[in-house]
Amino acid sequence: MLEKALSGSKKYWTWIFILLVFIGIGTVNYLRQFQTGLTITGLSRDVSWGLYIGQFTFLVGVAASGVMLVLPYYLHNFKQFAKITILGEFLAVSAVTMCMLFIFVDMGQPMRIMNVLLYPTPNSVMFWDAFVLSGYLALNIIVGWVVLGSEKNGIAPPKWVKPLIYLSIAWAPSIHTVTAFLYSGLPGRHFWLSAIMAARFLASAFAAGPALLIILALIIRKFTKFDPGKEAVQTLGKIVTYFMITNVFFFGLEFFTAFYSNIPGHMHPFQYLFAGIGEYNKLVPLMWTSVILAIASIALLIFPAVRRNESTLAIACAMVFISLWIDKGFGLIIGGFVPNMFETVTEYWPTMPEALITIGVWAVGLLVLTILYKIAITVREETAGVEIEH
Amino acid sequence: MKIYDGGKILVGLIIFIALFASPFYLNMGKAVAKPELKFDTPEIQQMEKETGKKQCVEPKEFMRAEHMQILNNWRDEVIRSGNRDEIVILGHKYDKSLQNGCMKCHSNKKDFCDKCHNYMAVQPYCWRCHIAPKEKQS
Amino acid sequence: MPYSAKGETVMSMNRREFLKIAGVSTIAGLGGTAVFSHLGKNSLEAVQTSPNTDALTGKQWGMVIDMDKLKSEETIKKVTEACHRIHNVPDFGNPKDEVKWIWTETFEHSFPGQEHKYMSEDMMHKPFLLLCNHCTDPACVRVCPTKATFKRKDGIVMQDMHRCIGCRFCMAACPFGARSFNYRDPRGKDANGNPFIKEENKEYPTRMIGVVEKCTFCVERIEKGLKPACVEESNGALVFGDIDDPASEIRRILNSQYTIRRKPELGTGPNIYYIIGGNDYAVVPEIR
Repeated sequence: MLEKALSGSKKYWTWIFILLVFIGIGTVNYLRQFQTGLTITGLSRDVSWGLYIGQFTFLVGVAASGVMLVLPYYLHNFKQFAKITILGEFLAVSAVTMCMLFIFVDMGQPMRIMNVLLYPTPNSVMFWDAFVLSGYLALNIIVGWVVLGSEKNGIAPPKWVKPLIYLSIAWAPSIHTVTAFLYSGLPGRHFWLSAIMAARFLASAFAAGPALLIILALIIRKFTKFDPGKEAVQTLGKIVTYFMITNVFFFGLEFFTAFYSNIPGHMHPFQYLFAGIGEYNKLVPLMWTSVILAIASIALLIFPAVRRNESTLAIACAMVFISLWIDKGFGLIIGGFVPNMFETVTEYWPTMPEALITIGVWAVGLLVLTILYKIAITVREETAGVEIEH
Repeated sequence: MKIYDGGKILVGLIIFIALFASPFYLNMGKAVAKPELKFDTPEIQQMEKETGKKQCVEPKEFMRAEHMQILNNWRDEVIRSGNRDEIVILGHKYDKSLQNGCMKCHSNKKDFCDKCHNYMAVQPYCWRCHIAPKEKQS
Repeated sequence: MPYSAKGETVMSMNRREFLKIAGVSTIAGLGGTAVFSHLGKNSLEAVQTSPNTDALTGKQWGMVIDMDKLKSEETIKKVTEACHRIHNVPDFGNPKDEVKWIWTETFEHSFPGQEHKYMSEDMMHKPFLLLCNHCTDPACVRVCPTKATFKRKDGIVMQDMHRCIGCRFCMAACPFGARSFNYRDPRGKDANGNPFIKEENKEYPTRMIGVVEKCTFCVERIEKGLKPACVEESNGALVFGDIDDPASEIRRILNSQYTIRRKPELGTGPNIYYIIGGNDYAVVPEIR
């Protein structure tokens, strides 16, 4: 079916070309980083994780959100999602690919990546993260490809796919819980040492992922002959709304615990992020942007009229996505490292090479997404009107 | 029998063969001498003076084939198991160490380690951390 | 065949089968030869070894730092420089890339949360020596995905530079900020052409770019029967010993003096104990 990605309109190839340019720029900058070291990023002895790991964390959430389509359809026969589970599965593939690439570019000795497999360490959460991410990637590739292939050939998928689908439903929350455990099990960092980390991660994942899916669905409807369905988009919109409210609520819970308890170690990261500490306030504008976008997006989304109008829905979803991208893809990580273990402040801001490498990885992910979606949509367009019982 | 895209296949085949065979025809006629390792460092000469023999941890053929494995084993024994039992060769004790053991006798990295490694186009990155002894001006 | 579509010829179905079989055979063949070559690896002939009897032995090495005995800037400088010199610790010249195994911090940064407004000036500014605590239950060991950092039988939290993948999870986990990452090549040179390692100790390796490093309690010295370099240079301010041995000097000190550790409430069991000392040079402010 890959050949379906090799034929497309002029717009399609222009988009591919743009992605390839950014991948090229990212690669060149990565080679420079490989040569000179991670010193060309903004990382330091105090802030040892930054943009790369932040992006990884955010994208694990986006990947996990595929389950938001798969679960209602396969467990509860929610027919509205029949046509678009494939979009969720392929988005998961693209997102997990980006996750793995972000880990790779963040490593100091990437050539030693096999050590994680050669010396498995069950007490290390990172070992389990590698395991569950690989498993989830494999599951989604297999399930997506087989189901799509069967559809293309006009038959029902083979029976063995069903247990894999059920497995992927259980697996999805696990990838994000394990990723949350990377943070919530570390004794020294009070910004992260919170039981609600995993719950927060899942809530924000199920808001950001479907928000992105809605935007993608609208783009697909505009540029192709495939219509994901108005009802499916509306249901996704409701999912985004409720999970965004939950996410903001959870954040409020964290805020309360930190400030009502008045424990300095708990308050300081929040103070740094939202008010600055002394002269150190680099992240304040960004964090407040995230907050304002979050509240504004909820203010829009709670009104059914706003959701029914797909233009305003798209805007609200973009706000959700950007807000959560800032919160999870940046603020969360930096907050754990500032102030440092000595209660002093070393600030962090990504450098240009770091940003270009990040954009390059995103371009790879978007390329994977484009190719997989092109295949899925072409198959859908070709088999339009053929009903298949799953 | 009709070959579809025969032209493209032929062109691709020619390019592939050209690339694949390039190491062979590019190096045709050039002879690279077999590496000759020097075993005449002052330390080895001293050993020969004292004992009449030149002896390493294991016999030459074994070392040639397995020195990488020996070093890996030493690495794990010293660092991970904390076992720094010394190697005894002809009555002398040596550290289980590349930098402080092997190189005590084989202090001529350029005429010893590098000779074979360059010939085989192998780049062990041991030396990025382990400090090679300064080459003595002979 | 579940994937056979209408219209495809028998020929193409066999081609798919053929490719599947060829692929699996190749993997089996390659994998099989690899397994065989490993099975055939002959064990090394018995090399004559001499047991290392010089090593200091212990079950859990620890240290007491007596701030009362650590009064001079000079001693502190000797202590930190000795460590960094013999271990080829690079000086990258900026706090962003900084690599340090042992350094000083004031009280409020060494024991954050314990300071208060009415402490003596002396106590506020005393330079406490900080290093890896070689915890009994280290968080860094818990999180390392490759066991590149691991706890030895003698309690030392060791770093295997050969295995470290540079993921820096240990740096996130360490509550004490004891670990440094090589953000650049320690064997490089700065903008003026000066090497980051001013004077190489030829008996100890450097590290390479992209790995994490920290104090190792001078394992290479302990195993030769020597005390850690910082202890030797400290003029008795640093006492090194086996916390597990009730007869050791360090236990005697712990039994007779009040000591504190950094962040003990986190449960990692740090093994560097501080006698924070008195206020010899305290300037008593005028009480108004």
